[in-house]
Amino acid sequence: MDVLAYLIPISLILGAIGLGAFFWTLRHRQYDDPDGDAQRILSDEWDDYPKP
Amino acid sequence: MASVSTPGFSACPACAVAPAAEDLAQRAQAGSVPPARLMLSLPTAHCAACMSTVERGLGAVPGVSDARVNLTLKRVAVEAAPEVDAAQLIAVLAGLGYEAHELDAGTLSMTETDRQGRDLLMRLGVAGFAMMNVMLLSVAVWSGAEAETRDLFHWISALIALPTVAFAGQPFFRSALTALKARRLGMDVPISLAILLAAGLSLFETIEGGRHTYFDAAVALTFFLLAGRYLDHRTRAVARSAAQELAALEVPRAQRLQDGQEVEVPIAELRLGDLIRVRPGGRVPADGVVTEGASELDRSLLTGESLPARAAPGTDVSAGEVNLTGPLTVRVTAAGRDSSLHRMADLVAVAESVKNKYTSLADRAALIYAPGVHLLSLAAFLGWLWLSGDLRLAVNIAVAVLIITCPCALGLAVPAVVTAASGRLFRKGLLIKDGTALERLAEVDTVVFDKTGTLTLGMPEPENLADHPAADLQLAAALAGASSHPLARALAQGVAALGLPPAEVTDLREVPGYGIEGRWQGRRVRLGRAEWLDATPEAATATYLETGEGRPRAFTFTDRLRPGAEAAVRTLAAQGKAVHLISGDSAAAVQAMAARLGIAHWVAGALPEDKAARLAAMAAAGHKVLMVGDGLNDTAALAAAHVSVSPASALDAARVASDIVLLGTDLALLAEAADLSRRAVRRIKENFAISAAYNLIAVPIALMGLATPLAAALAMSASSITVSLNALRLR
Repeated sequence: MDVLAYLIPISLILGAIGLGAFFWTLRHRQYDDPDGDAQRILSDEWDDYPKP
Repeated sequence: MASVSTPGFSACPACAVAPAAEDLAQRAQAGSVPPARLMLSLPTAHCAACMSTVERGLGAVPGVSDARVNLTLKRVAVEAAPEVDAAQLIAVLAGLGYEAHELDAGTLSMTETDRQGRDLLMRLGVAGFAMMNVMLLSVAVWSGAEAETRDLFHWISALIALPTVAFAGQPFFRSALTALKARRLGMDVPISLAILLAAGLSLFETIEGGRHTYFDAAVALTFFLLAGRYLDHRTRAVARSAAQELAALEVPRAQRLQDGQEVEVPIAELRLGDLIRVRPGGRVPADGVVTEGASELDRSLLTGESLPARAAPGTDVSAGEVNLTGPLTVRVTAAGRDSSLHRMADLVAVAESVKNKYTSLADRAALIYAPGVHLLSLAAFLGWLWLSGDLRLAVNIAVAVLIITCPCALGLAVPAVVTAASGRLFRKGLLIKDGTALERLAEVDTVVFDKTGTLTLGMPEPENLADHPAADLQLAAALAGASSHPLARALAQGVAALGLPPAEVTDLREVPGYGIEGRWQGRRVRLGRAEWLDATPEAATATYLETGEGRPRAFTFTDRLRPGAEAAVRTLAAQGKAVHLISGDSAAAVQAMAARLGIAHWVAGALPEDKAARLAAMAAAGHKVLMVGDGLNDTAALAAAHVSVSPASALDAARVASDIVLLGTDLALLAEAADLSRRAVRRIKENFAISAAYNLIAVPIALMGLATPLAAALAMSASSITVSLNALRLR
């Protein structure tokens, strides 16, 4: 059962990374235009960088 | 905001310097000016190609630094240098094949709802994260972790769940507190109680080293209910932004005459005695008296009359009327708070305050649910206390009952259905502004239509072209082509549609307020009002042609029907609803329209108060009335009706007063919406039945003390997912 000492922190850290990523997307307004983003990914035009 | 309207080209080079210097001064004043942010509405954008075409097209305009399309809101935000104006961009977009309209950026203050939405989403994310982790730990406990391991897992769960509940549950706690302060038992009181009791009991059990904790239930409950809350918020935010967009399309400005120059000012800055210029086709911005010019006024939005009224010096005009032919100078007699538009807005406010308070299905269900569940759980507590004498066991069972009768169906079932149904209607062009509008629409048994602008488009259509010889038609078309008066335009289009070219008429001249005159084969020919030509006036809307020989000829017009009007009336009648027509127009016009659409009950010449009073009488007789109207004269009636619809072309006040806005022109959607609303209500009731069925099975188990946290988690998740899936069938 010693393995729990590693596994539980690891699973919590992984989850926290996901939560952090979610906060990041939220702060960068990635939920403002869900329809547009769904279409944009299909566009065959290059963008070199994501527009602000 | 005020900008001096300067001529585009100057006669002398030196003259051009002054405006440029002014411009420079303005720029210097503002310091380093941030690029202007222009908002354009793009109603036809729908695909990936549209986005790149629009963004590339706008990006190529000199001065534009960035353009970004938002496909969800169908808008494009443009960062541009100050010299770029909206008209220029609209022209570029028209060239690309996209219709665009300028939006008043000030009206589109989305920041507050934006912030709320993000806040809810963040809490949802936190609850989701906590739910996954606590659920994993709980699975270990359920599958047989013992002694110290179980205690450790419970402690970790507590460390995750308690802060989560404290943070993510805040929206429920806050609204439960306000409900309790107002001595009401809303939906949020049982929700908060269930979450808090589950968390509190679990903490106690953890400290005591007990077997069962409900941390996973507390967090899952928070998560599912937050999901419902977020759906609810999104539906409302979309409706609000679309409604704001409609308001933002009307940029509220007036042309004020200052020292002989026209200056564009916001309407709010108009003062008593100001002289304002109203161009043909423009809306009168404030109440006043005409001091100069002659024209005709379209009063249909205010009174429902379809015939234009004459305007000459001395005529009183009201805000909201549309100037048709000649430019008018108006002295403002009432602006802002005192204007008739504002008085009408007050009328709407009064009507809304007396509007019968509708209790939504969810609230009615909560009214039965909340006391029922609390009594049941109290009974379980007392019963087990009496039977076993074990306080801890009794509390455990009472909490299990409270959790298993999860209020998810109430918190999630209704928002999910409303979101699915209003999303579907929105895609078809119907904007549901109010959360309970769909439920109310489902109850409707009587439909009242306004005539001008609602059943008709407010656009005239020539009626008796076949009665005139071709030569007269060609002559009339030539004269009519020189005017922008709606009757003249309709006549010119009508003749062109017959394939007749206009005659050769010279010296064309529009006499504002009267008509058009010209010279044809050496004779004076005129097209215009009956008084001007000494013709005998017809009963219907008409214009008259004088060819120099014989009596003047009359061209009569009918109002063009809104597309789908016939289908809407027919389908609504087929659904068993009584259809009425109440209009402020003359009896002849209303009767003709009623006969054309097959409406049995009609009333003509109704004043705004009449309309509202008739609706109140119908409501008193036990009818649930759907009011469809667009004018200022309908606003009180719209607010008094059980549920109300107005077309997007309606006046702002009418749109504000109504629950549903028709974004397109097609009226046939109305019947479809009535049908969909009935299905949505059925779906909501099904969802209540589903969760009741879950409770019928789960509650006896919980009462017998056999419910484990696993059973509670299964029942809750299963019922939440079933109601969501059932709601999605509406999409």
